[in-house]
Amino acid sequence: MNREDFPMLNKDIIYFDNGATTLKPKCVIDSISDYYSNYSANAHRGDYKISQKVDSMYEGVREKIRNFINAKETSEIVFTNGCTDGINRVVFGYFKYKLKAGDEVLITESEHASNILPWFILEKSIGIKVKYIPLDSNYEVTVDNLSKVVNDNTKVISLAYVTNVIGDIRPIRDICEYAHKNNILVLVDGAQSIGHIKMDMMVDDIDFLCASAHKMYGPTGVGFLYGKYDLLNDMIPLEYGGGMNAMFLEDGYIELREVPVRFEAGTQNIAGIIGMGNAIDYINKIGLKNIIKYEHELKEYLVSELSKLDNIIIYNKDTIGNTVAFNIKDVFSQDTAMYLDKYNICVRAGNHCAKILNNVFNVNNTCRISLAFYNTKEEIDKLITVLKNSNNIYKEIL
Amino acid sequence: MDKDLKRSIILDNYQDKSNRIRHDNDNNYIKTNTRINTCIDNIDLYIKINNNIIEDISFEGEACVISTSSTNILINLIRGKSIEDAIKIIDNYKKMIDEKEYDKDILGEAIVYDDIYKQPARIKCATLSYDGIYKELVKYRDSK
Ligand SMILES: Cc1ncc(COP(=O)(O)O)c(C=O)c1O
Repeated sequence: MNREDFPMLNKDIIYFDNGATTLKPKCVIDSISDYYSNYSANAHRGDYKISQKVDSMYEGVREKIRNFINAKETSEIVFTNGCTDGINRVVFGYFKYKLKAGDEVLITESEHASNILPWFILEKSIGIKVKYIPLDSNYEVTVDNLSKVVNDNTKVISLAYVTNVIGDIRPIRDICEYAHKNNILVLVDGAQSIGHIKMDMMVDDIDFLCASAHKMYGPTGVGFLYGKYDLLNDMIPLEYGGGMNAMFLEDGYIELREVPVRFEAGTQNIAGIIGMGNAIDYINKIGLKNIIKYEHELKEYLVSELSKLDNIIIYNKDTIGNTVAFNIKDVFSQDTAMYLDKYNICVRAGNHCAKILNNVFNVNNTCRISLAFYNTKEEIDKLITVLKNSNNIYKEIL
Repeated sequence: MDKDLKRSIILDNYQDKSNRIRHDNDNNYIKTNTRINTCIDNIDLYIKINNNIIEDISFEGEACVISTSSTNILINLIRGKSIEDAIKIIDNYKKMIDEKEYDKDILGEAIVYDDIYKQPARIKCATLSYDGIYKELVKYRDSK
């Protein structure tokens, strides 16, 4: 779908690494260039026309995000540098002050490093305990398994909505419902889900959500954090400076501004934020429903075609979601990726920054294909042909 | 060396299991892992040094064809050698990789990677274990 919108798709590549980052449509690229060329000014300094335009664009993006994830208030949307930044702000700006030694945080072994390491650091510094929700035989999370590890000390559940390893979609709505009954807060890592599934803050009842623009057809280095207003109002900013203070005096007295600008110290990534807003407009124009339907069909097709090859092992056949983890039998994943690269097919080899999953997965490294709506069945057919002819893989890569 | 011969040496060394031995519980072995330098290759190296001689060396792990084969070749090259000789071999190998003047005669099968510079993405694979072993050898030498 909509391939003509993406300049990168004129480069004769088959791009199957959308989990790492997505390609950018021309309208997003243009919106960034438009800011720098036509109204390049700072925000929150609205004393002249172009600066007022920046302010209205900037705040307009907040509203676009609110609408996109169905949050209640625009004040619940904080601009960040990306998903990693968002998670760190919540862990070290909120939970660091709310948790105490002995409190437990539940994650899984298939989380991304950015949803594990901050918790490890908190574990070392204030003595919380990081525990793992056992995964089922498909490496997925169930409420049933969750309930087995929840106890009176459990205070936080921190999970990706969709994992970057096998792309499974977590039952976040049920998890939040269960969590809230037990006075547990839920932090959702939305890096892989944003732009690929519908996330609804009010219906899902998520407490915190973090996401990056670059995985939803937007620019790098920018993202957002959603938090329920009362939680954000109780969160401590990690950065202090211009734009976030209401007043300060020479004796050290500081009064902070309101939520969410309290968390946006210094000049923000204005061009990036505008690009992120444009990416949301773009997704809305195509329609998230259409994207979901098409990506689902494509994934089914990919799995069914890959399954026909007897030299291919698929690790997540039964997973719903747009990611497939596979290997060529007896070939190291990186060698497979090198081989596919010879045919300009971009896939990711590795453990996908989920290093501790090895314990469960029984295989340390896989090739990962993560689809986006601009991928096609023809591209999959080309991949299948190349994989089918991989008997001489070493002849080609050595 | 012609391409087919190179390929067959690389593949032989990739498939060779004779150096794939773990010595996790033997304190006579220095252990090191290549994972520190990369997200994906994961090779454990075991080095036993006695009287300044590399008495034994082996490895195990999961890595690509280039890093596995180059590790195997290096191990065969330096087993039984003195620390100084092993360091000299690795120095020479690195010179070859960096397209500098080097002494071909002491590199044995390792010269199959003499044109790896043409594939910049694989230079790291071809030097991973060399760097790891080099570091351990220098550490050992300097501690004496
Ligand atoms: C599941 C998941 N969480 C978090 C991140 C981190 O996102 P970013 O690098 O944009 O901060 C990623 C990126 O790969 C991811 O896949």
